Amino acid sequence: MSINCKINGKNTEIRGPADRRVVDVLREDLGLTGTKEGCGAGECGACTILVEGEPRLSCLMMAAQLQDQDITTIEGIGEPEALHPIQEAFVEQGAVQCGFCTPGMVLSAVHLLNCYPEADRSRIRRALSGHLCRCTGYVKIVDAVEAAARAMGKEIKP
Amino acid sequence: MNHVLLPRSLNDLWSAIRDFPEAAVYAGGTDLLVKIRNGSIPPKDLICLERIEALKGVVDHGDRLVILAATTFSQLLQDPAITNRLPVLAKAIACLGSPLIRNMGTIGGNVCTASPAGDTLAPLYILNARVELASENGVRSLPISQFILGPGLTLIETGEILSAIHVEKPHPEAIQHFEKVGRRNALACSLASMAAIIRLTDDGTVLAASLAWGSMGPTVITCPEAANRLIGQPLSLDRLTEAAAIVRKAVCPITDIRATADYRRTIAGNLLLRLCTLQMESS
Repeated sequence: MSINCKINGKNTEIRGPADRRVVDVLREDLGLTGTKEGCGAGECGACTILVEGEPRLSCLMMAAQLQDQDITTIEGIGEPEALHPIQEAFVEQGAVQCGFCTPGMVLSAVHLLNCYPEADRSRIRRALSGHLCRCTGYVKIVDAVEAAARAMGKEIKP
Repeated sequence: MNHVLLPRSLNDLWSAIRDFPEAAVYAGGTDLLVKIRNGSIPPKDLICLERIEALKGVVDHGDRLVILAATTFSQLLQDPAITNRLPVLAKAIACLGSPLIRNMGTIGGNVCTASPAGDTLAPLYILNARVELASENGVRSLPISQFILGPGLTLIETGEILSAIHVEKPHPEAIQHFEKVGRRNALACSLASMAAIIRLTDDGTVLAASLAWGSMGPTVITCPEAANRLIGQPLSLDRLTEAAAIVRKAVCPITDIRATADYRRTIAGNLLLRLCTLQMESS
């Protein structure tokens, strides 16, 4: 079947089985391998994408559910030469080790700072609580989101 | 390949069910799609309720609230009717799964999944919830305690969906409490949970008490004997300790990979002792 949606700002037509998982459509059909699959059961957050701006798990969505939706994957956040302030902060704070959880962490952080630009550490921890990281111990990730919130706040207020 | 239908209205839904009577119906997919993936349910045609606006939102009917079944947990946490009038439910939802799961999962799904550890179930039992079951042929409703038969087992029939949950608004001054014990804060299946609605008189005597425990048996355990022990008395630690002993006898938890039955039985009673501190906060 044919499914029409917007992915990273681009109108996209997906042809294929409606019961294919969204994570597989993104990685295998569209080559958007920034989205990772960890547990495949909704417990690790590695496969997070933004659906209409809200973080969701692409391992627990069927391709048919993409119809008419505006999807953002990590490839839609920043450019290699012009990182998003959250990505920049992850680099500066040493919040990336193996990098497998990073795309999901960054997407949830993007949503958090859209909703709460002045989020404090406890709100940041809650917002990232659906994401597992087996390398960092989380402290540097929370540091990074906190630093990004400060940097982005400065951008907005001249 | 299996079909995945995305009806936009109830009429579309009924025709989808007519065309695919064997299809599984889901809303968030956070339970069903996991079970299909791990092989405990064979792949089948699917009907997804996420686009049916008529199944979303909370409607105020004066003395009760109607929670439409495909409302996500995140949407419920943003609804003042839920956070102001049903804090016992809001507290349970706030610790259910993770933000990602709450953005996808729905209250109707939590009820239909009928897990002994389903976080919304104990609150819904003491809110005297009735579930509304809709089909092409009409609507019926029954108390949640009759609807849920056991783990994963409900009275829903082929061709029916759970369309709404009707709950009574507790007295505005009632203390509403929910607490869950898990191995960690996020994404933890509850080892024990307790929901309580307690009404005190001005001098601190218990006027009414409703208590329910999750993860303590095949379905939610309400323990009227323990609640009765509290009524007519101040909410003292002594009285709660007596009621906790009754609760530990009434529950029938299992031992599994997460905890032993003995541990669960102990914390079922301990959760009740917490009410002592709540009373001090409320006065």
